[in-house]
Amino acid sequence: MAKIIAGLASSHVPAIGAAIDNKQTEEPYWKRVFAGFEKTKRWMAETKPDVVIAIYNDHASAFSVELIPTFALGTATEFPPADEGWGPRPVPVVKGHPELASHIATSAILDGFDLTIVNKMEVDHGLTVPLNLAFGSPKEWPCPVIPLAVNVVQYPPPTGKRCFDLGRAIRKAVASYPDDLRVVVFGTGGMSHQISGPRAGLINQKFDKAFLDGLTKDPKKLAAMPHLEYMREAGAEGIELVMWHVMRGALDDKVKEVYRFYTVPASNTAVGHIILENTGKAAKTAARKKVGAGKVAAKKSGKKPARKAA
Amino acid sequence: MVKVKPAEEYEDIPGTFVFNAERSRQGYGINMFCMSLMKDENRKTFKANEAAYLKKYPLTPEQTDAILKRDYNRMLELGGNIYFTAKLGATDGHSFRHLAAVMTGSTQDDYAKMMLEGGRSVEGNRSKSGKYDKPARKAAAGSAKKAKPSKKRKS
Repeated sequence: MAKIIAGLASSHVPAIGAAIDNKQTEEPYWKRVFAGFEKTKRWMAETKPDVVIAIYNDHASAFSVELIPTFALGTATEFPPADEGWGPRPVPVVKGHPELASHIATSAILDGFDLTIVNKMEVDHGLTVPLNLAFGSPKEWPCPVIPLAVNVVQYPPPTGKRCFDLGRAIRKAVASYPDDLRVVVFGTGGMSHQISGPRAGLINQKFDKAFLDGLTKDPKKLAAMPHLEYMREAGAEGIELVMWHVMRGALDDKVKEVYRFYTVPASNTAVGHIILENTGKAAKTAARKKVGAGKVAAKKSGKKPARKAA
Repeated sequence: MVKVKPAEEYEDIPGTFVFNAERSRQGYGINMFCMSLMKDENRKTFKANEAAYLKKYPLTPEQTDAILKRDYNRMLELGGNIYFTAKLGATDGHSFRHLAAVMTGSTQDDYAKMMLEGGRSVEGNRSKSGKYDKPARKAAAGSAKKAKPSKKRKS
């Protein structure tokens, strides 16, 4: 059976993508940010998930104001990088996992979550920047990725609780999938930032750190936080943090925090990152067995990873 | 008879235009115009004759004026959304951070310096009414006492 083994959350600042694309990662300003993800890349290379489910938001790339789905699950075989105004990012096409994605859609909808199903979608920095942070810049992403786009552009986004509960539904869906897949869930966006209006530039480190603490230790209480509090305390765009609750809801109640990183700023934004592992023994053993089975192209090895056929 | 809706609590947040359903409806023309700038040929046509290009979109005279003047705060007030108006900024060769500085009335250098020093503090920036001078409640349940070492560094 498929199993969710861990969750990862990370900001998805577009300027991080631009720094990668423009080869500025060694500049002191950016080195400070990228250094925080070195351990992440090693962790990913060891964990070697078979599939990633990435919770992210579209920034007026695939969806304009013509169509605003609250939760849109990508069931396509591939998702090309979007042209966000400067041409598409030079990153690999994201390969999906249509079978598992469709299974999740079916299970979650019957569970009461009216997901929008997307068979054609381009993905923007909201998805591709976290993939870079987790996997580096390989020729191909090392595993299939199922995108779940959440509306956080037009108020109101789904509530934290609804996001958390959707995570629970995804977990249930994955657990009922017959293939032995090891799945990692990404929550992206945040942390505190405001990029609009005269209050732009707002950062709230206290809020962010408390959020990271609560995410590990008391996620249900954290998920009950009203939207107003995100906007007031973490900036108008800080409300993206609701997406982290989907990831957390997909994990066990008790998790092991294996890594955390926080730095200010990247462009206008506080960069936050956390890795949480389910502590179930089965997940661990499976992870161990997988180590050394192949090389993830996260590093400069230049070798192409052997991608598991979906 | 049109009834006046009570003000939303988030309208009390200073310097912030929450992109709600009402603004989305009002700013549909602004945002669809901005969306068109994702195509290179449209960017060129727009740049060649901005006023003529804008006639293709359902915009009020105020909205057209705000776009032509690159008054980014006014665009937000009239229903623009930052992820859309940023495409106009990109057409002019400007990043999100550049636009943020413009919207705050700072010089680029001052804004960059503020961000490097940890950003704009939330203290004194929570509400217009002063009702929320301190956090409403602890943001998270987890204890803040056992804070992990922060990697924050100022470069």
